[in-house]
Amino acid sequence: MCAMTHRFESVEAVREGLAQVDYLSDDSIAGIAYLADRLGKPVLIEGPAGTGKTQRAKSNAEMTGARLIRLQCYEGLDEAKALYEWNYKKQLLRIQAEGDGVEWDDVQEDIFSNEFLLERPLLEAIRADDPVVLLIDEVDRVEVETEALLLDYQVSIPELGTLEAKQIPLVFLTSNSTRELSEALKRRCLFLHLDYPDLAREKQIVLTKVPDITDNLADQVARIVRSIRQLELKKAPSVSETIDWARTLILLGIEKITEQDAINTASILLKYRSDIDKVVKEYSSNSAAHFQASGS
Amino acid sequence: MTPAAANGATADRIESTDTLFELLQGFVQDLRTAGLPVSLSENIDAAIAVKHIPIEDRNAFKYALAATLVKNNSHWKTFETLFEVYFSLRGREYSLGSDGDDDPFDNPDYDPNEEGQDGERGMGEGGGQGLSPEELAELLFQALMKGDEQLMRALARQAVKRYAGMEPGRPVGGTYYLYRTLRNLDLDGMMERLMEQSRQEAGELTSLEERLERDEFESRIDKLKKEIEAEIRRRLVADRGAEAMAKTLRKPLPEDVDFMHASREEMANLRKAIYPLTRKLAVRLARKRRHQRRGQLDFRRTVRHSLSYGGVPAELVFRHPRPAKPEIMVVADISGSVAAFARFTLHLVYAISGQFSKVRAFVFIDGLDEVTKFFEGVDDITQAVHRVNTEADVVWVDGHSDYGHALEVFWDNYGKEISSKSTVMVLGDARNNYHASQAWIMKEINQKARKLFWLNPEPKAYWDTGDSIVGEYGAHCDGVFEVRNLRQLEKFVDNLV
Repeated sequence: MCAMTHRFESVEAVREGLAQVDYLSDDSIAGIAYLADRLGKPVLIEGPAGTGKTQRAKSNAEMTGARLIRLQCYEGLDEAKALYEWNYKKQLLRIQAEGDGVEWDDVQEDIFSNEFLLERPLLEAIRADDPVVLLIDEVDRVEVETEALLLDYQVSIPELGTLEAKQIPLVFLTSNSTRELSEALKRRCLFLHLDYPDLAREKQIVLTKVPDITDNLADQVARIVRSIRQLELKKAPSVSETIDWARTLILLGIEKITEQDAINTASILLKYRSDIDKVVKEYSSNSAAHFQASGS
Repeated sequence: MTPAAANGATADRIESTDTLFELLQGFVQDLRTAGLPVSLSENIDAAIAVKHIPIEDRNAFKYALAATLVKNNSHWKTFETLFEVYFSLRGREYSLGSDGDDDPFDNPDYDPNEEGQDGERGMGEGGGQGLSPEELAELLFQALMKGDEQLMRALARQAVKRYAGMEPGRPVGGTYYLYRTLRNLDLDGMMERLMEQSRQEAGELTSLEERLERDEFESRIDKLKKEIEAEIRRRLVADRGAEAMAKTLRKPLPEDVDFMHASREEMANLRKAIYPLTRKLAVRLARKRRHQRRGQLDFRRTVRHSLSYGGVPAELVFRHPRPAKPEIMVVADISGSVAAFARFTLHLVYAISGQFSKVRAFVFIDGLDEVTKFFEGVDDITQAVHRVNTEADVVWVDGHSDYGHALEVFWDNYGKEISSKSTVMVLGDARNNYHASQAWIMKEINQKARKLFWLNPEPKAYWDTGDSIVGEYGAHCDGVFEVRNLRQLEKFVDNLV
């Protein structure tokens, strides 16, 4: 591991690199990639949906010019889908094509060779020659038993022997925390909790992602979204929903958001009926209701 | 003192890595005592990480430590507080005492409009005598109005110096000083002034604008409060030393907070913690249900899979089993001190109601009422729980807990609906105010129901003391559990399904 050259010079360099690929980071977000690089450890990113966890990994790949290999996790993911699998059908064809009179040993040696090996994302990542970033998305969806498999840099295939890693890729795992991940997994990772961005950062994000927006409108968008997030909702608006909302407002030609605009377009920010109702109730211009709400 | 000199002093203080290492060990030790599971390898990671990030870059340093040591977001606050305690004296800008006092606001002539000159302005000695309370309030007003964070930070220090009345060696907790400082600042009045000002500036505010402004000012005032808290902590650490402070600051993690003795702030945190908890629990239970042993052979899918093996059924496919779901009846005491506990339990049970074929809820004090209808077709459980507390008809005579009578009503009205499929949960401290216990009802229920559990939010040591008769009821239950915090509640519900 020591022989590996480091990818980043300093925390500042990471931050600037990320900014160049349009990802606005803060101290914790930039620092962790630097640290992951220096310590040679995977990064586990946890947080509510839509705060840019996956984007974080993608931007990192884009920034370093590395190839992104993505493993989407799901319930029932197993070795065959994550690590490697023998190409069964091709092997069958090979045996049939051989015909009679060939020794079993030859055939066996032949059909268990690299040609018949289907590399899955994990194996692909550690055997790649070019720099790669491995993204293991939504790791909380796999079973606890499968977790152990995901961070193995040394793969043993009975028929081929042990395959050594050619490189230790930069690994990002994301989790929506639908379940508690195992202690073992957490212990091996650096941990980053990605929450909704603060006002200033969200405004910056809107300004970067929605080119035509005015500074004033972006500010208002960010403020309203923050205010909505403070309500107790089933699903708070995510960053991508904020951006969608800003785009919609631009399309509608709105320059200054009134209550009515906010209420009319609330369905872009919120995806549950009860949430929308709540916001409409809070924001309808009845000032008595308003004072009650802010007073409690 | 110039920044460069201050930097030098800091460098001296942490010059040897040994000192830093020892400091880190103390820090990790305290994290562990606070309940964070820091393993040996994480400790080593942290030790390596601090070599790569200079301590002068405080934020990066903090996040580096957090990345290696804190693996659960609900532990973040504990970490942050302890971090402040251990490392607060070590950043350049945070030095205090006679040498580090480059505070421009000791100078009465200070004009907040001239920013960027802070360092060069003269300074008075001795705890901000130069600034009258009115001037301080005025400066604070302007800082909040403009959202000038540097000025806010400096004013927070100033306010603590002036109002907290901190004396070295005085055995008082930080909250006392915080209270004194905040009382003098009158932030509520400040809020109104701020709103008034922005109303004037903008002419007329629509209610949306008004609301946004208010949110903005609230967040600024929050920031100010945090600064004040941090300042008090810094001073206390300087006075007493980090280890001693860490002890007094130790607060339980959200999942360990006692339901019956939670402060208002802790309650708010609990409410925040319960939502992700229920979600996690629901997913886990659904998964557990699906993954228990295999079901019957799924013939159709087995044949379908065999096609890719040339017609050989090499891969057998099984159906997922669907075990029957239990029916739940929750009978909860919602009087006084146990109300919070009932609320959380109802919340949790309803959040995972998908795991049960039916959930019925009853609440009582000395009378009993069914509240199932409040939860039906409602998306927002918080709202439903609120309605339970305000609308349910639970008072019979005097509004003091009477378990005996409540059980009687329950048995008379709903007893016949208990079947061998129902699991009955009674929630309460069994403090019966010396009424008749009517424990025979519990015995009857237990004979009809599948399971009967009693959850008691009191510590086990208090059971059967005074008017608590949980032992008498418990004799007829399948289990009596002490459920004082979220952790225990989660564990119980997990086993229930």
